[in-house]
Amino acid sequence: MKIQDDISQFNPNDSVIEISHLQKSFNGLHVLKDLSLKVHRGENVVVLGKSGIGKSVLIKCIVGLIQPDNGSLKVFGKEISDMTLKELNLLRTKVGFIFQGNALYDSMTVRENLEFPLRRNKVLKDPHEIEVLIEEALRDVNLLDTINKMPSELSGGMKKRIGVARTLILKPEIILYDEPTTGLDPLTSREISKLILQIQTKFKTSSIIITHDLNCAKITSNRLLILQDGIFRAEGSFDDLKNSDDEWVRSYFKIE
Amino acid sequence: MRLNIRKIFGNFLNDTSDKSWLYNFLLELGGLSKFTLQFFRELFRPPYEHKEFLRQAYKIGLSTLPLIGITAFIMGLVLTLQSKPVMENFGAESWLPGMISVSIVREIGPVITALICAGKIGSGIGAELGSMRVTEQIDAMEVSGTNPMNYLVVTRVLSTTFMIPILVLYADAISFYGSYVAVNMHDFISLRLFLNLAFDSLHFYDLIPAMIKTFFFGFAIGIIGCYKGYYSENGTEGVGKAANSAVVISSLVIFIIDLIAVQLADLFNIFLR
Ligand SMILES: Nc1ncnc2c1ncn2[C@@H]1O[C@H](COP(=O)(O)OP(=O)(O)OP(=O)(O)O)[C@@H](O)[C@H]1O
Ligand SMILES: [Mg+2]
Repeated sequence: MKIQDDISQFNPNDSVIEISHLQKSFNGLHVLKDLSLKVHRGENVVVLGKSGIGKSVLIKCIVGLIQPDNGSLKVFGKEISDMTLKELNLLRTKVGFIFQGNALYDSMTVRENLEFPLRRNKVLKDPHEIEVLIEEALRDVNLLDTINKMPSELSGGMKKRIGVARTLILKPEIILYDEPTTGLDPLTSREISKLILQIQTKFKTSSIIITHDLNCAKITSNRLLILQDGIFRAEGSFDDLKNSDDEWVRSYFKIE
Repeated sequence: MRLNIRKIFGNFLNDTSDKSWLYNFLLELGGLSKFTLQFFRELFRPPYEHKEFLRQAYKIGLSTLPLIGITAFIMGLVLTLQSKPVMENFGAESWLPGMISVSIVREIGPVITALICAGKIGSGIGAELGSMRVTEQIDAMEVSGTNPMNYLVVTRVLSTTFMIPILVLYADAISFYGSYVAVNMHDFISLRLFLNLAFDSLHFYDLIPAMIKTFFFGFAIGIIGCYKGYYSENGTEGVGKAANSAVVISSLVIFIIDLIAVQLADLFNIFLR
């Protein structure tokens, strides 16, 4: 397939995601004004920013859920807006997306939730192989015992991890996390943050992690960006930004 | 008295806001047409979800069977009781079963069943897909490359298209029985004789157009429910709105299809006789 070729030809030293001068507005509201970002292979990039500033919009553009108005957006070196639907769908199996609200299929059991992307993408036909993959993904997030439960029977933290497992099952090379720890207690948040880190080392994934949670940012980030007024206003490692000379940058890291 | 068309429709056409009633109507019509085209494009594209189709069909049957049964029985009964005195006045009592059967098969059965299904199934589909949209489940399907249009919409529309004709046959049968019970309240008549009288007046050209239109009823209920749900606006309010307008629009469309079907059936009859 075309994308597969593109990925194999893709130089591993290039950035897996390359965004330049991205713009998006909704009914005259300029959410993203001039956004540029490169994500390198194997890197965890954390994006901080106030609520409603456009963080979710940014990562939804990357998977083609939202069409940007202007600018270029390349994943694995290929422009998203030039792709056919078929190419886009193929790319989407390589890019995992963890939704802010989990978005587990609530009419399906945990097993069916994990089976769904595998079966529909015809990655595998053999039911035994599918079963093995499902169990492996659940073991990766430590929730093998919930396999026959419905999403409504799970706690918030468990749902998050099932969401991660459902993404992992397609063996993505990029994972986009939308506020993975929001609404969880500090202990569970730390577990999730550590899980993100484990996934990075185990599967060699590159990630964009959107969060308000400083602990999560500290644990997971290789690099941090602050989104404000439609552009990235600051960039650096966690400690750099925390001890920045700019008062407003430091204000993001203040704990009263 | 002359109707002043301009006065009635003028309000819609020169509405001060650009989002007038007519504008919204055309927007909706365009959206629905596009959605229908997309449905047909996905219809022949694998993977084919037989299991999900059967599950939906089973759900439709199970949830509407009692309601349709009771309604159909009462309709048959009441229709017969109401017509009986009139037929007696003309001394045409023996025509009663025939007249009732024609009206049930041609009109009452299909329309009542379709309206009940619009209320029960159309709103269910609208609400289900609407809440999947709002909780980003449809987006989640899309970003895993699983083509939700194919999985969610095709199965649901196909199952309503094939289940509603079956439910109509069931409603017709129960209505016949209701009518038989009504006839028997006054005079004794065997079920066999009743059915003989009823079927004598039924012809091929009553049955075929009546059955064909039920497929369209089913299709309309499915596609409108899916359309409203699939593009429901964000928030829980959007889900309620999707369910509500799915019922309103599909009920209206059922009557419009019925109106067209009557005209076409007349043509059909002319050719056959
Ligand atoms: N589909 C859409 N249609 C119209 N406006 C939208 C849409 N999606 C997002 N917006 C607007 O874009 C802005 C940014 O939304 P976004 O969801 O990206 O915020 P966020 O940074 O993720 O906030 P939070 O941290 O609360 O999730 C908001 O003002 C929102 O109203
Ligand atoms: Mg968000």
